[in-house]
Amino acid sequence: MSVATTYRTCPRSGLQFEKNAERLIKANAFVAVVWLLIGGLLAIGVVLTRWPAVHLLAPDTFYMVLTAHGLDMLIFWIIFFEIAVLYVASSTLLRSRLATPRIAWLAFALMVIGSVVNNVAVFRGASSVMMTSYVPMMAEPNFYLGLILFAVGALIACFVFFGTLVVAKREKTYEGSVPLVTFGAITAAIIAVFTISSGAIILIPTWLLAMGVIDAVDPLVYRTVWWAFGHSSQQINVAAHISVWYLVAAIAFGAKPMSERVSRMAFLLYILFLQLAAAHHLLADPGLSTGWKVVNTSYFMYFAVLASMIHGLTIPGAMEVAQRKKGYTRGMFEWLRKAPWGNPTFSGVFISIIGFGFLGGISGVMMGTEQLNMIIHNTVYVPGHFHATVVIGTTLTFMALTYYLIPVLFRREMITPTLAKWQPYLFGFSMYFFCLVMMGAGTLGVARRHWDMAFGGAPQAYEWPGAAYLMMGLVGIAGIAAIAGGAIFVYVTVGSLLWGKELEPGERSAAFTPVPRAAPTVVAQSYGSMGFAAPGTFTLAMIFLVTFVLYYFINWKYLSTLWGLS
Amino acid sequence: MTAMHPPSERLWYKHPIDRVEGTWIALALTWCLIMFFMMVGWHVWGDQNLSTETYRTTPEQFSDKTQAMVDEYTVRTETVQETPVVAPPPGSDVYLIARLWSFWPILELEKGQTYRLHLTSMDYNHGFSLQPANINIQVVPGFEHVVTITPNQSGTYSIVCNEYCGIGHHQMVGRLYVK
Repeated sequence: MSVATTYRTCPRSGLQFEKNAERLIKANAFVAVVWLLIGGLLAIGVVLTRWPAVHLLAPDTFYMVLTAHGLDMLIFWIIFFEIAVLYVASSTLLRSRLATPRIAWLAFALMVIGSVVNNVAVFRGASSVMMTSYVPMMAEPNFYLGLILFAVGALIACFVFFGTLVVAKREKTYEGSVPLVTFGAITAAIIAVFTISSGAIILIPTWLLAMGVIDAVDPLVYRTVWWAFGHSSQQINVAAHISVWYLVAAIAFGAKPMSERVSRMAFLLYILFLQLAAAHHLLADPGLSTGWKVVNTSYFMYFAVLASMIHGLTIPGAMEVAQRKKGYTRGMFEWLRKAPWGNPTFSGVFISIIGFGFLGGISGVMMGTEQLNMIIHNTVYVPGHFHATVVIGTTLTFMALTYYLIPVLFRREMITPTLAKWQPYLFGFSMYFFCLVMMGAGTLGVARRHWDMAFGGAPQAYEWPGAAYLMMGLVGIAGIAAIAGGAIFVYVTVGSLLWGKELEPGERSAAFTPVPRAAPTVVAQSYGSMGFAAPGTFTLAMIFLVTFVLYYFINWKYLSTLWGLS
Repeated sequence: MTAMHPPSERLWYKHPIDRVEGTWIALALTWCLIMFFMMVGWHVWGDQNLSTETYRTTPEQFSDKTQAMVDEYTVRTETVQETPVVAPPPGSDVYLIARLWSFWPILELEKGQTYRLHLTSMDYNHGFSLQPANINIQVVPGFEHVVTITPNQSGTYSIVCNEYCGIGHHQMVGRLYVK
């Protein structure tokens, strides 16, 4: 079967881009960055208001800006970029034409219209209901309509991805099993279908409620189903950015997975158990049984945490094995010292892996523990945690991938490579600090989504300890530094598209070149020491485990000093 | 080959596991199981477990019960709003209303005594954040959540609303005394 399209072989990377897929990847990635820019501008208002000494915006503006910041970053920036990643993982890596490009454009159009309709509703000022929009607090009908249109578009895009896998299989563009990165992307897409359907299931009745068609939506049912959308959408991110980590390990080092079996089984664990995490948000809620809470929030005995801990080892491990193969074998860490730290694609991903594990992972498991949740529920600890997972984890990873895509996909030479080189460090480390001080303030109890920690005008205000004020001030400073890092990213990427030297596209052909079958692998163990293929990574993993155990039990100790509750 | 390419062995689930991976999986799985049993075990041996006792309620029903408590046990009033300070006997049912944008009434409890605290919201979702003890519970309209509490330190506590509830959210802070 032949379809009129062409394939471009990129001379810089050897990747083969199909014409329709290439346009769609570019469009989705570009719109994603536009949302990142808008979300970043809104972040200025958020951090400068929560910085007690500045306290910039009026309360109504603050809550409006915070609502838009959450939606534009967590939903629009990330999901647009994820659709681009799905198309890369299917069409580009498998060298297949994209299934149904017209429908893919329809999906894109729905997503653009939906996101714009939603934002217009927010900025009209009567929809400051936060991203979570808990009923019975109501937004304008268009707030929900926009989200529904966006969700339908994203769902269609997922099915274009699945369709492309079928096309590739049928047209035999590759032999054997799909690559690991594609496998991870399939995980993300399966989770996405579950997630987006949950969103539609709860947002459609809420939209009808906003229009007065139905009378009520139960607040607890809303919370339960909404979080199957709200939290699970972050699990799409996890699956997607971990796939990108494997991709970058391959790009930067030519690293092969230590064991295909281990990495793929870990992705399978995500499909089975990761969505249960949505229940973490309901730990402090009435009406749900203890058994339900324990089973769900342990991701059924922490099998999804196990999967993340596996990826956290196998990705740096694969890098280490590849480096040792090149001769960087001295001591535990020569492989790491000699890594390409000046390449923002690598440095961004590595900073992301460490921050995601140490800050996002450990804090997430702590706060997701049924009893421990009571000491942080709805405090700024929560945004401290999810900025570590979503910003350091997902956003920084996507930024790192974008640096790679500028010459390869967009065919532009990067302007100001020096700025790009430093950007992951500025952005990543200021986010590390931002998350730490935010979690610090949260441990002292400071509320999230709160305009004034001095409770201006309340008859019996509470006086937070001085340390809480100090840490919220540091949140402001670190936030501004991170926003500067984000601005550099937008400048470098958009600037390169506008003013970067155009690079030659490479040869076009009417047919794909099938992906070659690799030679059988050599067992990795011939490169390590002590019978370990990656002793340095194992050492890092042990440091991680010790930190995790200590922090976990410190919080139990803290909990045990609280009032008796039963 | 790399993660970007199809694996050389089609049956990826037969690919060998390196020792570093095997060791790590064993360690990580052990830790995961310890964490799981910690949660279960705390229900048996720990003193801080959130109750799941919940009833459906309406603002009228809950107001009536709260008003009855206030009528019976008010000891004084505070602030210009003359918020009643209520000192119900140990072991009794105490009621706390969360509404836009206040907690009502002010409770006065005794250290070391146990109370059944009933929480609900009259309107939107609210947050019960007891400071500086730092106990945080979600307050959902339509549901009456009964939490058994035993204060272990005397002092003046604040109840901060930590669920966003509109423009006056930052003024929603109540008080609780422990003698």
